[in-house]
Amino acid sequence: MMFSVGLDHYLILSAILFCIGLVGVITQRNVIKLIMCLEIMLNAVNITLIAFSQYITPTLLTGQIFAIFVMVVAAAEVAVGIAIVFSIYRSRESVDMENFNILKW
Amino acid sequence: MPTIVPWLIFLLPFASFLLIGLILRPFLNKWPRVAGYVTIGAVGLACALAFWVLFAVMGAPEHKLMVDDIQWAIIGNLNIHIGVLVDALTAVMVVVVTFVSLMVQIYSQGYMKGDPGYQRYYAFMSLFTACMLGLVLANNILFMFVFWEGVGLGSYLLIGFWFHKPSAANAAKKAFIVTRAGDFGFLAAILLLYASTGTFDTQTLYNLVATGALAGTTLTWVAIGIFAGAAGKSAQFPLHVWLPDAMEGPTPVSSLIHAATMVAAGVFLVARFYPLFQHSAEAMTTVAVIGAFTAIFAASMGLVMNDIKRVLAYSTISQLGYMMLGLGVGSVAIGIFHLFTHAFFKCLLFLGSGSVNHGTGTFDMRLMGGLRKAMPWTYATFVIGSLSLAGIWPLAGFWSKDQILVAAFANNPVLFTLAIVTVFMTAFYMFRAVFMTFHGEYKGGAVPEHGSHDEHSHGPHESPAVMVAPMVVLTVMAVCAGWFNVTGGFSQLLGSEAEGTNLVASFLGVFMHPLPLASLIVALLGIFLAYAMYLKKWISPEKIGNALKPIYTLLYRKYFMDELYENVFVKTILYNGIFKAMAMFDSSIVDGTVNGVANTTAGAGGVLRKIQNGQTQLYVISIAIGAIAIAICVYLFH
Repeated sequence: MMFSVGLDHYLILSAILFCIGLVGVITQRNVIKLIMCLEIMLNAVNITLIAFSQYITPTLLTGQIFAIFVMVVAAAEVAVGIAIVFSIYRSRESVDMENFNILKW
Repeated sequence: MPTIVPWLIFLLPFASFLLIGLILRPFLNKWPRVAGYVTIGAVGLACALAFWVLFAVMGAPEHKLMVDDIQWAIIGNLNIHIGVLVDALTAVMVVVVTFVSLMVQIYSQGYMKGDPGYQRYYAFMSLFTACMLGLVLANNILFMFVFWEGVGLGSYLLIGFWFHKPSAANAAKKAFIVTRAGDFGFLAAILLLYASTGTFDTQTLYNLVATGALAGTTLTWVAIGIFAGAAGKSAQFPLHVWLPDAMEGPTPVSSLIHAATMVAAGVFLVARFYPLFQHSAEAMTTVAVIGAFTAIFAASMGLVMNDIKRVLAYSTISQLGYMMLGLGVGSVAIGIFHLFTHAFFKCLLFLGSGSVNHGTGTFDMRLMGGLRKAMPWTYATFVIGSLSLAGIWPLAGFWSKDQILVAAFANNPVLFTLAIVTVFMTAFYMFRAVFMTFHGEYKGGAVPEHGSHDEHSHGPHESPAVMVAPMVVLTVMAVCAGWFNVTGGFSQLLGSEAEGTNLVASFLGVFMHPLPLASLIVALLGIFLAYAMYLKKWISPEKIGNALKPIYTLLYRKYFMDELYENVFVKTILYNGIFKAMAMFDSSIVDGTVNGVANTTAGAGGVLRKIQNGQTQLYVISIAIGAIAIAICVYLFH
């Protein structure tokens, strides 16, 4: 039996990646690692978008275009996020999430 | 006559008010006299137009002119027009109001000279006159109410003109609040009228009453409500307490209030809605009884007052009682005719008292005396005014009072007795005032109260010509005003049948009837008693005062009415009862609700804010759990 790759496989892959990313975001204490996990979550979503685009609306490129947009936004977000991390690091000399708790009542 | 004329009668004084208030006072403060000239010009022109209207009405069929309405507002089915009603009653009233107002404005030029509020005074006087004219001209009970309140506002501003004096400020408030008690009745009557007829128009109301569509209990309550408003403005018992205190205003203001505006408004209101009263016997009886009682009640207090203006104030209340009595037992013509004659002689008497004040610096008659020589013009005019008020033939007061007495005699012996006793009292207190003020020895006067009268250290002196001239004009009217009705011409104009035909025959023939003779004799007796007590001192007033101490105290303290209102009504019922309950309700229920809501929100916020601890990852967990929960819900319940 020929093993063929279908939509389900992509979605399962995407879900696994998303969960890995989510767990990382929740558990990592290092901000840089946290941002990397965030990127994994975004890419999991990208996979979903492209898979749907390929299997459900093959004539339209909406999902693929959307994935490119997500990448662009992610790049911008990383740039800003790293800049914030740098500036916090300068004042607190730490990249530990536990110290990033000043935005509260 | 162009239809604009009746409108102009109202608009001219109103324009004068706006001109003084908006332009002259702020920008031309260097020439305060201009304000006086503007007012006199406006009121004088209005007076000329008023005479034009009067002659036009006299020539018109049924003594009524048609003037088209202007549509003002449509609110749902409520269609409000503004318009003027020009009939004989209106015509007579506008003539009286503008003429008396004109005299008072001219007089004020002398009396108010140098007062720092000179322009403000004339602005308020214009407003006051305009509102009264608006009330008289309006053909619609709603607009009558608007101007009615405008008259109340004008009186408030003018009585409290010297507001830096606490007594004047309090008197202004008292006048406003006491009349408000009556206005409540008037407003209730308007609402009841609208609820039962759906119209505000005076003429339509007349028609509805004539056809019997408006009758029975509703009509009685409407009439009683209107009379309550009239009693407040016309200072009828038990709402008379504001009028004597209103003497705190400048004297020309008192003169205007007492003669033509404000207090006349109440009598006018009853006369305007007279068809409504005529169809309700209860309302007529109420008017007559309250009127007769007020007449004697106020006259009795006038007997013992020492302030010349207060004597005149109680006299006014008493005479207003006569007018109400005349309306209650007689007809519009009788009541309004007394208003007509009273306006001239009472205005004259007040101007005379102002002139006396100008000369001596006091209103206390015990500090006057002997002014006859120093102030001959004031003396002569004041005496003629007093004779007219006392009802001495052939002066104006005799003719109008005589009609009321005749009508009362035909109606009810008790009312007649009250009225004839009042004639005696009136003659007595007026000549008590004359003898105390103008005869005997000068007792020194007083230090002038308002700064402009520095020259008074030289003793009493005659007032300037600008003050004397209006008094002389009014004296002529106080003598002649009664003659308009000697042959019944005035009554005929106002819708009653004419009796006499020949002027001279009626003039002398009035004594063919025993009543006029009786009233004349009673009045002369009153004058004689005053003569005996205060000029010749055959009878000592002090001895009588001591012998009748309880009665004297009762009268001098005004039957303790002020104390009654102050202690029982205001302090106990209102202040300790209703107001306290309202304050409790306000602080506990209303404030409690608002504060309770705020406290609950604040408490909930205090608890919830703990969640916001700044740990970003905790937020992420919350979002993840939430997303999973939503997914599970969608899966389970889809």
